[in-house]
Amino acid sequence: MAYAAGVDVGSTQTKAVIINEDAGIVGRALIDTGANVVLAAEQAYVEALKDGGMREEEVEYVIGTGYGRYKVTFGNTQVTEISCHGRGAVHMFPDTRTVVDMGGQDTKAISVSPSGEIQDFCMNDKCAAGTGRFLGAASDALDIPLPELGSTALKAEKAVRISTTCTVFAESEVLSWLGKGKKIEDILWGVHQSIASRSIGLMRRVGIDDQITFTGGVAKNIGMIKALEDNLGMKLNVGEESHYMGAIGAALFALDHILASRAPASTAGAVA
Amino acid sequence: MTFAAGIDVGSTYSKAIVLSDDNCIAGKAMRNTGFKLDEASQQVYRDALSDAGLSNDDVSYVVGTGFGRHRISIRDIHVTDLTASARGAAFLFPETRTILDVGGQTMKASRLDERIKVKSFRLNDKCAAGTGAFLEKTARYMGYSTTEIGPLVATSRENVPVSGVCAVFAESEVINHLSQGAAPSDIMYGAITSLVGRSVQLMKRVRMEPEFTLIGGILRFDTMADVVRESLKTEVNVPEGELVQFVSALGAAILGHQRLRKLSVDSSTARAATTSAAA
Repeated sequence: MAYAAGVDVGSTQTKAVIINEDAGIVGRALIDTGANVVLAAEQAYVEALKDGGMREEEVEYVIGTGYGRYKVTFGNTQVTEISCHGRGAVHMFPDTRTVVDMGGQDTKAISVSPSGEIQDFCMNDKCAAGTGRFLGAASDALDIPLPELGSTALKAEKAVRISTTCTVFAESEVLSWLGKGKKIEDILWGVHQSIASRSIGLMRRVGIDDQITFTGGVAKNIGMIKALEDNLGMKLNVGEESHYMGAIGAALFALDHILASRAPASTAGAVA
Repeated sequence: MTFAAGIDVGSTYSKAIVLSDDNCIAGKAMRNTGFKLDEASQQVYRDALSDAGLSNDDVSYVVGTGFGRHRISIRDIHVTDLTASARGAAFLFPETRTILDVGGQTMKASRLDERIKVKSFRLNDKCAAGTGAFLEKTARYMGYSTTEIGPLVATSRENVPVSGVCAVFAESEVINHLSQGAAPSDIMYGAITSLVGRSVQLMKRVRMEPEFTLIGGILRFDTMADVVRESLKTEVNVPEGELVQFVSALGAAILGHQRLRKLSVDSSTARAATTSAAA
């Protein structure tokens, strides 16, 4: 049995996934990227191997993706994260036509064909508003750990409208609302609404088509899922793989390569 | 002698000036604005009064300005910061045609005509990358406070380019530069250069003309004005010392006196009219 691997080096976290020849996930790992990107890639890969209980020699092809994809020094090649998220999302949810990928420092909207090819994409990586960083700022300002943001926001009765666009200014706006006696959950729900409306704007630019798959680290946030679903008026595909979608897509491309390189040999065998 | 006061409640600092009718600054004060705008305005006004050795009764007219102007309960009237800064800048530098005002959370460019009317203006208060907050954040990422920016950048030897697209994303850029051995002073210089780049764009959009007068809290860093000079290849006016932060408050106080004169002319005309009617 041969294996294929994908390593997605994101701005905040690095994900590694190992799949078997049937495209089943057999090992995975997630670590903080930190300052040493090369090391993060290696470490995530080693941990994924350990998770799957296989040796490095058993992995035939490795593809790096994400903003740090060229730092995956042991990788055989690189594929952009846009292609990988599209590929992974269509593999996991075959009717996906739009992908929204919310990461630590950028948000992307991707439209894909039924076969998983990228038709169009739009991204925001110039401004922290509308990305995971906006949530990070709210988490710092309100002193609530990142993993609890979503569940806290869902306790809100009424969203506080966040009027500032910039993350830097929003931080002081959040504090001023707190000073005015607004409830933390209502402020947080407002923060989620603000990010949702920015990313829906991005999605409209590539066209929103049934179905939408939500990927990236922020897809773990149940508050953001709800905010997006409420504003879109439709359900999103989200799974526990959502966070790993880039790495899954990369591993699938790696598997393509393995199978393609074998094709002539097997044809030859059939003739004989 | 009559006195008028100008109170400028800015996004970061509140400033107050008490001005005599012969245009001498009798007292001034500055403090952090915080979240309670009305309270900040009253405190900074009291500080300015005590600096002048005057009481509230000595002041005949109070003009509010700045982003928090609507919240100043002690004001007689309020004017926009554009009107106030135009008046203040033209008082200090009569040939001013373009004003660049860089504050803690806003950047404004305005063009004036020879009668000190604002003909065109552009502002950025949406994105921190184009305001003083960008410098504050850059300094903080390197472990410096806002007050250390001036001395730090004074020791700069070269410009380390900082893209200045987003004040939040600048963090990773700054950390990258530091890890590659760049000096904090040079990174700070790069951040100022990028802020000046944005300033020049804003001034271009109001179709800038000389003379240029630069005001606002960020201009207390001399490097800022130096880089603007270099970039525009022309001389620029910068009010001396801490006055650079008080130009809008000063303009508001000047407008207060103007209003007082108009009111006294109106009432004497009215009195004259009453007298002649009685006769």
